[in-house]
Amino acid sequence: MKHSYLKNVATLSLAAEKCVGCGRCTEVCPHGVFGVTDKKARINDKDHCMECGACALNCPANAISVASGVGCAAAIIWSWLTGNEPSCDCSDSGCC
Amino acid sequence: MSMSNDCCSTAAILSSPNDIVTVTTELHYKDLLGAWKVRWGIGRMKYKIDPGLYRVGSPDQTSPVLVSANYKLTFDSLRKELTGLSCWLLILDTKGINVWCAAGKGTFGTAELVNRIAKTGLYGIVSHHKLILPQLGAPGVNALEVARQTGFTVVYGPVRAGDIKAFLSSGLTATAAMRAVKFTTLDRLVLTPMELVPAAKTSLLILGVLFLLNLFAARPFGPADFIGYAGAVLMGTVATPILLPLIPGRAFAWKGWLLGLLWTAWFIWFNGWLAPGFLLLASGYLLTLPAWSAFLAMNFTGSSTYTSFSGVIKEMKVAAPLIAASSVIGIVLLLAAALLG
Ligand code: SF4
Ligand code: SF4
Repeated sequence: MKHSYLKNVATLSLAAEKCVGCGRCTEVCPHGVFGVTDKKARINDKDHCMECGACALNCPANAISVASGVGCAAAIIWSWLTGNEPSCDCSDSGCC
Repeated sequence: MSMSNDCCSTAAILSSPNDIVTVTTELHYKDLLGAWKVRWGIGRMKYKIDPGLYRVGSPDQTSPVLVSANYKLTFDSLRKELTGLSCWLLILDTKGINVWCAAGKGTFGTAELVNRIAKTGLYGIVSHHKLILPQLGAPGVNALEVARQTGFTVVYGPVRAGDIKAFLSSGLTATAAMRAVKFTTLDRLVLTPMELVPAAKTSLLILGVLFLLNLFAARPFGPADFIGYAGAVLMGTVATPILLPLIPGRAFAWKGWLLGLLWTAWFIWFNGWLAPGFLLLASGYLLTLPAWSAFLAMNFTGSSTYTSFSGVIKEMKVAAPLIAASSVIGIVLLLAAALLG
């Protein structure tokens, strides 16, 4: 069963005119958000983007932008309390 | 750790054979016991291995190089999938944290990878210039930058270690299924202890407070109250994660609240607290317990594999004030019920 989180919130955007069609975005995305046809990438499924930032960091043409961050409530509460950036460090678990 | 130091057998092809440890691909009961302890939060911070280059089987200069993190569980789940293969393992120093979290922080990242390639002298050990990274490391690694600085090209392998063999034998191509992160019932089930243990610790604190309150209470808190509370905790930390996709709605707090409400309603009815004399108590519990389940369920966003930062922010902006207001009013009602009797 495919999980679905909130709709229309992901900050992902693609400047298709810059895309060189290398396919790296489809290689790194863990949720199959991108597809490449005729050497052009397109966003198939924006609502499944978890804003991990892998596509934007690895796109050689700088065609993708996304505000990446941890989708973790505890980290965000902690950042609200301490004024720091949210990160997985909030728990002592050693892993999120 | 079950590693043997096999020193000279492949000396002919290695620049510094004594430094490279050979890794076995079987896990022993100690590894499995360790994994169980980590899940239940017993001494998990100390679970790292040394970063550096390791060998599996008898690799030569044409063998593939797999990159991974120095978290022992990650390392174990990788090596047990490599039976019969010969390859190199380049282990990055991620401070004992798994690939996915470390990539998010940047410790499984471009700088550490470039640095580790230089430190291990990988350039002189393999003749090809290709590294296979776990796909989940991609949020921390800029492949273009790695190539620019080291000459090594990065290929992202499958998400799960179990697909590595298929990936290698198909000429480094991954199917769409190998690229997709799943979040199966079993995945969620193994995460529940990590939700339950911290919640149980908080609960001890709450129990302490209730114990003190009982000294003054006209209606002391008893085993029935404890069961109601424990049920709400289990709804948020165990039932919501396991039933996640089956519960209607999208927001985690909502899912937890819904299960918490069902539990609390049933529990109040079961105890016969629907009567007029129990009005304060019943409404107090209806306000606090589902809110507590909602809060615990919302924390599970940190363990899920599909929630985005923007989504969690949006959810919390709505849920956090409601949870807080509902809890405060509920606690006031419960206190009134306890002190007035
Ligand atoms: S990674 Fe960038 S350039 Fe390559 S296909 Fe995707 S959008 Fe296009
Ligand atoms: S940010 Fe992550 S989840 Fe979103 S599209 Fe890019 S790779 Fe996929």
